[in-house]
Amino acid sequence: MVYSPGNKQFENSVFRHLDWFTVVVYLLLVIGGVFSIYAASYDFDHASILSFDEFSGKQACWIGLSFVIGLVLLIIDARMYETYAYPIYLGILILLVVTIFIAPDIKGSRSWLVFGPMSLQPAEFAKFATALALAKLFSGYNFSLNASGRNYFRALLIILTPIILILAQKETGSALVYMSLFFVLYREGMSGLVLFAALVAVIIFVVAIKFSETLILGIPSGEFGILCMVMVLMIGMAAVYVKRFEVARNLLFWYGGCSIIEAVLSIWDVQLPGYVFFLSVIGIGMLYCLFEFFRLKRRALIITAATAFLSVGFLFSVNMVFDHMMPHQQKRIKVALGIENDPRGDGYNVNQSKIAIGSGGFTGKGFLKGTQTKLKYVPEQHTDFIFCTIGEEEGFIGTSAVVLLFLILILRVISLAERQPTTFSRVYAYCVASYLIFHFSINIGMVIGLCPVIGIPLPFFSYGGSSLWGFTILLFILLRLDATRKSY
Amino acid sequence: MRKNYQLEKRKYVIGGFIVVIAAIYLLRLFGLQIQDDKYKDYADNNAYLRKTVYPSRGLIYDRNDSLVVFNQPAYDVMMIPRDVHDFDTLDFCATLGLSPDEFRQRLADMKASRNYSSYTPQTLLTHLSAKDYGKLQEKLYRYPGFFIQKRILRQYTLDVGGSFLGNIREVSEKDIERDPYFKRGDYCGDLGIEKSYDHFLRGVKGEEILIRDARGRIRGRLEDGAHDIAPISGKDLRLGIDIKLQEYAESLMVNKIGAIVAIEPKSGEILAMVSAPTYKPSTLIGRERGANYRALNNDPQKPLFDRALMGAYPPGSTFKPSQGLILLEESIVNLSTPFPCYRGYINGGLRVGCHPHASPITLKPALQTSCNAYFCWGFKALVDKRSKYGSSAKAFEVWKNHLVSLGYGYPLGVDLPSEGRGFIPNAKFYNKIYGEGRWSANTIISVSIGQGEILATPIQIANLCATIANRGWFITPHIVKEIQDTVLDPKYTTRRIPTIGQHYFNEVAEGMRMAVTGGTCRLANLPDIEVCGKTGTAQNPHGRDHSAFIGFAPYDDPKIAVCVYVENAGYGAAFGVPIGSLIIEKYLKGHIAENRKYIEERMLNSNTIIYSGVRKH
Repeated sequence: MVYSPGNKQFENSVFRHLDWFTVVVYLLLVIGGVFSIYAASYDFDHASILSFDEFSGKQACWIGLSFVIGLVLLIIDARMYETYAYPIYLGILILLVVTIFIAPDIKGSRSWLVFGPMSLQPAEFAKFATALALAKLFSGYNFSLNASGRNYFRALLIILTPIILILAQKETGSALVYMSLFFVLYREGMSGLVLFAALVAVIIFVVAIKFSETLILGIPSGEFGILCMVMVLMIGMAAVYVKRFEVARNLLFWYGGCSIIEAVLSIWDVQLPGYVFFLSVIGIGMLYCLFEFFRLKRRALIITAATAFLSVGFLFSVNMVFDHMMPHQQKRIKVALGIENDPRGDGYNVNQSKIAIGSGGFTGKGFLKGTQTKLKYVPEQHTDFIFCTIGEEEGFIGTSAVVLLFLILILRVISLAERQPTTFSRVYAYCVASYLIFHFSINIGMVIGLCPVIGIPLPFFSYGGSSLWGFTILLFILLRLDATRKSY
Repeated sequence: MRKNYQLEKRKYVIGGFIVVIAAIYLLRLFGLQIQDDKYKDYADNNAYLRKTVYPSRGLIYDRNDSLVVFNQPAYDVMMIPRDVHDFDTLDFCATLGLSPDEFRQRLADMKASRNYSSYTPQTLLTHLSAKDYGKLQEKLYRYPGFFIQKRILRQYTLDVGGSFLGNIREVSEKDIERDPYFKRGDYCGDLGIEKSYDHFLRGVKGEEILIRDARGRIRGRLEDGAHDIAPISGKDLRLGIDIKLQEYAESLMVNKIGAIVAIEPKSGEILAMVSAPTYKPSTLIGRERGANYRALNNDPQKPLFDRALMGAYPPGSTFKPSQGLILLEESIVNLSTPFPCYRGYINGGLRVGCHPHASPITLKPALQTSCNAYFCWGFKALVDKRSKYGSSAKAFEVWKNHLVSLGYGYPLGVDLPSEGRGFIPNAKFYNKIYGEGRWSANTIISVSIGQGEILATPIQIANLCATIANRGWFITPHIVKEIQDTVLDPKYTTRRIPTIGQHYFNEVAEGMRMAVTGGTCRLANLPDIEVCGKTGTAQNPHGRDHSAFIGFAPYDDPKIAVCVYVENAGYGAAFGVPIGSLIIEKYLKGHIAENRKYIEERMLNSNTIIYSGVRKH
C-alpha cells in the first residue's frame, strides 16, 4: 500500500487500527508533563501563562511539534522502517560521532548540538535507531540468537556502539539506558542465567558496599553474608536446578557441619581466619560439584560450581571496582545506599527531593503551591527531578497516578509486542518497553532516594524537546507498526 | 511465521519485573508522603523563616509622670548556621570589634547550647552599638546566613534607683525551663521591678513569617503577612517614687553605707528608697553588662545588696515608739506612769546607761529624751508581770505578737523580688538559749531599746514611722502605683491594722513631736513644718555606732515618713537627723532653706565609709 494524498482507504486503515489506548496514555503523560513543568518553573514574582520564555511555553511548542512528528510517522509506510533500519542507525551513529567533536561543553558533557535558539541531543534519537537496527537484525531470515556466537556478537555490537559513543560524550546516564536492551535479548532467547547473574551481582555489590563497616570472624559483615549466601545458593541450585537431592543433601551436611564446627570453635575463642575458612570450605564444595559432574554428567552441576566461583570472584573484585570509581560516583552510591548522609553536598538533591515529595502528603499542597519547588530548593526540578513537583503539589494521589500510568503504558507496550506477527515489530516493541522500564525505574528511583543519582529524564514529563521527541518517535513507530499488523 | 511459546512466557518475567518495581516505588511513596510527617516540617523550615518581632517593653514613669525608664534600640547579630557559607572571618570580626579567638569561643558556646539548631536563628552577639550596626549593615550582603535582630535596651533619664528599678538581661536556661514563654535570646527582667513586674512589662512577642528561597534570599511574606502575629507592647508602670527626691536622697548618701526609705503614709507608696553605696542602673545595660555585674558583685561594699530591703540592723532607739505603744496597749503604763532614771537602768546587777535628764520620767518625755531606763523598766514590768501573763515566756509572746502586727519580724510584702525579714525572737528562741523558765526581763533587757537580738530592715523601720503617722494603720509599702489598664493588687490598697489601739498612736506621735521641738532631733525642727522624729544610735559589733532616724511630717496630715540608717556614723543626731530632715524639707518644700544649706553641704561632703571597716581595694 503506497501513500498518496487523498487515499481515504489508507488513512482509514491506519487510524482504524491505531491503538488509541496507548495514544490516550501518551497524551495524559504529555499533558501532565507540561503542567508539571509550568508548576516547576513558576515563579512567585512573575507569573506568566505559557509565555515562550518559560520552560512550559517552550515545552508546549515541543509537544505541538511532537504531535506533527507522530502524525508524519503514522502516515509513513510501515515497511519503510524495516527497509531503512540500518541506514537510519548508521546515520545516527555518524551524528553521534560528529557530536563528540562539534558539541560545546555544557556542564562537562558534549552531547548537545546547538542550532541557534534550539539544541538537540542526538543520544535521544539514537534510541529508536538502535531499536530499529536490533529489530532488523533479529528479523533476518532464520535468525536465532543462540544459533551461533556470531549472532550474539552482532547484537552486542549494535547495542554497545551507541553506548561507547555516548560515553565519549560524557553522558553516562544516557549511555546506561542501552543496557536495558538486555531485556530484549532475554526475550529473544538469551539465557535467563545472564539476568540472574546480573541480579546476583547487584545484590553482592549492594550488600558488600553497604555492610563493609562491621566485622564478623575478621571479615566485613557484608562479605560474610555473601559467602554464607553462596553456600545456600549452591545447595538450592543443586536441589532445584540440578534436581539431584543427594547432591544437595551432601552439600548441606558439608556446609552445615563446617559451620557448626566453626561456631563451636569460636565459642572457645579458637578462631580460624574467616577468609581461610570460607574459601577452603566453599572450594571443597565446588570440587565436589565437579566430581558429581563427572559422575552424573549433568551440565547444571558445572553451572552451579561456576556460579559459586564467579560470585566469590565478583565479591572480591567489588571493592577493587569501587575503589576505582570516581569519588563523586562513589559518594552517590554511598548516599543512595544510606551509608553516608550528606544533606548539603552530594546528597543535597536527593534530600531536598525527598523533602519535596514527602511534604506533599496525601493530597499535595495544591497546584503552584509547592514551596520546595517554587523556592528552588530542588535542583533540576523541571528536568530530571520533575517528579518532585508532582509529589509536592499533587501528593500521593499524583505520584501514584503517574507510577500507575507508566506501569500501564509499559505493560501495554509489552502486550502490543506480543501481539505482533513479525519478529521485527516484536523486537522493536520490546526495545521500547525496555527503554521505558529503565527510564522509569532509574528516574523515579533516584528522586525518591532508592537509586543512585543518574541523570536521565522522566519520559514525557521532563522538560526538553529531544527527550520528548525521542520517546514520541519510539512510541509512534511502534503504533504505526502495530496498526498494520493485520496486513500480514 | 515462527512462534516460540517457551520464549513468549518470558513476557511474564519482564512484566513481573516492572510490576515489582512499581509496587516498591508505591510503597516507598506511601512511606514518604503518608507515613512520615517529618518532611512537612523540613519543607516548612526550608521555606519559612520565622522571625520574632519583639514588643516594646513597658515604660516606667514616676509619681509626677516624669519618664524614668524608656527604650533604646539595640542590635543583635544573629546567624542561621545552616545558611552560613564561607566568608572572610577576619573582616567580619574586625567589623564587630571581636578578636578571632572571641569569635571562635562564641561559636563554640552557641553550639554547646542545648537549644542549638543549625536550622533556626542563633544569637551570635548582642547589643551592637549603633556605629557597629551601621558598619555591619553595609557589609551584611557578604555574609549570607547572618542577619541583624533589632532589640531594645533600657535607658534611664536620671540614672538613679538601680536597686529597685532592676534591669534586663538575656534569659538563662533556667528561665526557659521555668517559663515556656521564653525562648533563647529573649530578655527578661533581672532584679527590682523589672523582675517583679516582668509579666506586665514584657508584653507579648509577635512573629513574622518570611518566605526564603534556596539561596537564603527573602522573597516576601507568607500570604502578605496573613499569618504574622503582631507583638503586643508591654504595659507602662507608674511608680510611687518621686524620682527627683530619689536623686536627692542618693546624693546625700554618697560616701556612706546605709539606707533611706521614704513612704507616703496614707498610700504606702515608697517615695524614695536608697541603698548605699548605690550603682547607676545604666551600668547594667549593653554589652558591658556582664563585666560590670561581676565588678559590682565582687565589690567589698556590696552595692548589689539592697540594704533598704535586706539589711538587718539593730533598730536602736527608733524601736522605742513601738515599745511605748505596746506598754500603753497592755496597760503596763499610762501617760503619767513614771519610771526612775539615774543615768541609766540599774536593776539586779545590770546597768543600761542613759544620758542626763530629769527623773523620774513619763512616756512622752522619755520619747523626747530617748530615755533608755524608762523603756527597760517598762519592758521589765511587762515581761515579769506573771499575775497577768502567767510566765515571762507568755508575756514575751504577747510582746512579740504586737511587734509582728506592726510589721516587724517578717517580710512586709513589698513588690520587689527579695525582701529580708529582720529578726524578732520568740520565747522558744530564749528557752533554747537559757532553758525554759530560766530567763526573765533582765536576761534580755537590751531588746527593749532595739538592741540585742532585735534586727529590722530599714523598710520595716520606715513602715513603723508611717503607721504612727497614720495613727494606727499602714498599707504594705510598694513601689508601683499604677499598672496601665490593670488593677493593682489589693494587697497594696488595703489597710493593715496593728493590734494596738489607735488612740495610743497620738500619744507616741506627740512624744516624737517633742523630740523634734526639744529633744534629740532638734536639727529636724523646720520653721514652718511640724516634723515628728525619733533618733536611734545603735551599738553594733562592727565598730562605731550606727546613726538612725525616723520621722514624719507634717504632724496633722503626714505626707512623708522617712527612715534613715547610716552605718558606723555615730549618734542618730549626727547623720540620721540631718539627712532625714533634708529629705522631708526637700519633699514638702521643694528646696532647702538658705539657713539650712550648711547642713546639706555637710551631708553631701561627709564620708562615713572610713569608719565602716570596709575598704575599697
